[in-house]
Amino acid sequence: MSLAEVPAVLILLGVAAYLALAGADFGAGFWDLTARAGADRVREHTHRALAPVWEANHVWLIFVLVVCWTAYPEAFGSIFSTLAAPLLLAAIGIVLRGASYAARSAGESPTASAVFSLSSIVTPFALGAAIGAIASRRVPTGNAAGGLFSSWLNPTSIAIGTLAVATSAYLAAVYLAGDARRIGSPELLRAFRARALGAGVAAGILALAGIAVVAADAERLFEGLTQGAGLAAVIVSALGGVATLLLVARGRYGPARFSAALAVAAMVAGWGLAQAPELLPGLTIEEAAAGDATLVALLIGVAAGSVILVPSLALLFGLVLRGRFDAAAAAAAPTQRPAAASAGRGRGRAVAVAGLIVLGVPLTLLADGVLFALGVVLMLAFVAAAFALLVSPEALDQRDSG
Amino acid sequence: MIGLLASALGPVDQEYLLEARQMQALSFAVHIPLVCFGIAFPAIVVFVEWLHLRTGDPLYRTLARRWSKVMIALFAVGVVTGTILSFELGLLWPNFMATFGDVFGLGFALEGFSFFVEAIFIAIYVYGWDRMSPRLHLLTGIPVIVAGVTGSLTVIAVNAWMNNPSGFELSGGRAVDVEPWDALFGNEFLWHELVHMYLAGFIVMGFLVAAAYAVAWLRGNRTRYVRTALVVSLTAAALASPVQLVVGDWAARTVAENQPTKLAALEGLGPTQEGAPLHLLGWYEDGEVRYGIEFPKLLSLLAYHDPNARVEGLEAVPAEDRPPVNVVRVAFQTMVGIGMLLAAIGAVWIVTWVRKRRPPESRWFFRAVVAAGPLSVVALISGWVVTEVGRQPFVVYGIMRTEEAVTGADGILFGYGVLAAVYAGLIVATAWLLRRLSRAPLDVGEEGGDVAR
Repeated sequence: MSLAEVPAVLILLGVAAYLALAGADFGAGFWDLTARAGADRVREHTHRALAPVWEANHVWLIFVLVVCWTAYPEAFGSIFSTLAAPLLLAAIGIVLRGASYAARSAGESPTASAVFSLSSIVTPFALGAAIGAIASRRVPTGNAAGGLFSSWLNPTSIAIGTLAVATSAYLAAVYLAGDARRIGSPELLRAFRARALGAGVAAGILALAGIAVVAADAERLFEGLTQGAGLAAVIVSALGGVATLLLVARGRYGPARFSAALAVAAMVAGWGLAQAPELLPGLTIEEAAAGDATLVALLIGVAAGSVILVPSLALLFGLVLRGRFDAAAAAAAPTQRPAAASAGRGRGRAVAVAGLIVLGVPLTLLADGVLFALGVVLMLAFVAAAFALLVSPEALDQRDSG
Repeated sequence: MIGLLASALGPVDQEYLLEARQMQALSFAVHIPLVCFGIAFPAIVVFVEWLHLRTGDPLYRTLARRWSKVMIALFAVGVVTGTILSFELGLLWPNFMATFGDVFGLGFALEGFSFFVEAIFIAIYVYGWDRMSPRLHLLTGIPVIVAGVTGSLTVIAVNAWMNNPSGFELSGGRAVDVEPWDALFGNEFLWHELVHMYLAGFIVMGFLVAAAYAVAWLRGNRTRYVRTALVVSLTAAALASPVQLVVGDWAARTVAENQPTKLAALEGLGPTQEGAPLHLLGWYEDGEVRYGIEFPKLLSLLAYHDPNARVEGLEAVPAEDRPPVNVVRVAFQTMVGIGMLLAAIGAVWIVTWVRKRRPPESRWFFRAVVAAGPLSVVALISGWVVTEVGRQPFVVYGIMRTEEAVTGADGILFGYGVLAAVYAGLIVATAWLLRRLSRAPLDVGEEGGDVAR
């Protein structure tokens, strides 16, 4: 793999993570929207299961965008200008989805916020249609050089968009069934097990239909998906999908999460393999890539970021999957032992804090270079130190008694 | 000024450039107050939780817990409005991204990781109350505060680069010899923009929160809970506001050096002159400020700390390279005027609190605090208007014109209309949910303690 191709792999990883994680979030919205019997319990469950993770899941989309515009700027500009319509739709869907979480966290009733869940169908469809547009070579290089509508309202885009909605719903049902078992709710478990099986079968049928559509509509993509590495990825995806169905049928929801995610990731990999080495028609990945200095800087940034990100994500998902955020896990509020208030030294501290600003302001206004920078630092230190002094527990207590 | 000979995607004819700019500005204006809460609120909430650990007083815990609910709700809204902004970079300005994405994109890539950390730990913090030891819980708030700093650092690095571009050469409309680290972090503009915005975060967050409790105070709710909330939020804003004036001076001096046309626009200076005056109010017309109050030599003094310094006027550049002067100038005067008012309110608070050891007694003071909340947002947005409109007609100062950056796609008006409607709904929904949060009774059982005394 050349340096120029590494960001493309990162983008595919990001798309796969977004689909496998945020996809489930949109899928949960789909079940919110379609819930009838016991609707509020279903909605309460989907909210509780996803509220702690949806923001982090959502960042994968941002990750995909930033890697794309840094590493392949020309392709990014071409894609976003031609696909303005579906991408705007997707963005609006994301706004509404976020609004529904904000409303729910403020205690809004599940039913009203489910209205927002319409976005849960719009966003995966629009993003799937955009991928379909790229995969079926309908996004030429250039500023809005492709059709505003024909680029994404075509057989391949519609097939992939529909498949994205079904896949999201499938993933969500599999994950939510697992969550229902963890919280010990047989009723919800039954409900989501049935949904998972139904959605899994539907997604499988749509995937098969999608391949037929691609065969007729996007010759190159079809060739890529039916030979070599692309074919291998398609087979892995199909096996992952079937395995998930079997695991769900047997009630093994833990492994089912992973096989479902694998099926999605393999589908994304298949798209990448089928399309490589071309990014857009007539523009290869090598040609589209930024200079080496930018690519190296990007990879250093991503590597350094991952050192922090991976353990953080592991911590979050560990807490969620072990049920630490579930309603039952709340411990009684531990009583905190009051610390002895330290008296005295007040005047000395006040003088020191005043010294920070008395020194900081003239240095910032008049000095240059290092002294100037010191002035700025002293002023900021003043804000922090004065704050700690003025609203210290002692200060607040003193005022309270006065 | 060097015009761009060609750009990565080539020129387009976009009839609705102004609308595209307005759409971007609208999205920005909706997002940026939320950024203030992202930057500053976690620090304050964690501080209040620390007060609880320190004293064992359940009141602090109740307050931190209540605020953390507001924090995650506003974070959720900020996540989606920020997503719109990143989409718009491509939807509205594809040629800007296509030509320079490889120069500044790294800044956003790094920001992505800050965003990840923020999203992960804000969730652990807010959903983790009672789920872990109090000390550990407090610690999970720290990464949120740090990510607020690093996130604003990397995003502002991009804005600073747009205002003071470097770290690349142009060849055939493409950036070559790109040095991304140097372009983003070796830039003089980064530091004053960062400090100015970081303090603005505390000012806007502090005054908005204080405004809410000042309303309660005026209505006669002077419980210890309300008073503590008021003291904490108001003190943060009150300390940051006067310091912001000094940082503003630094910003203006840097702009005078590197973006003389922007400085000339914000003061309405037509001809280049020595000992340039400053005008308060008035209107810029035909190369001069009319109906304003003139302060002789003050502009030279402020911009260069020398009353006879030579200040470059708007006429130093061709008319087509000048920003819309009155927009920039009115925004600048609005920001400075409100900034001074906020600093004065802050000073009254600090002096009273230090000397009398209690809040001011005057009802007018609390009315002023109520007004300071929305006014601080006006100042914030005005400041960004100065930066962004003051850079016009360029998107990359002196290098790429905004009209070269814009999309060639149809449907800007439609997108603008739809987005405006979505934002209107979002603002109403956010206002409504904050109101709902504020009206929920303090949950003494869950949130703990006898706090309504």
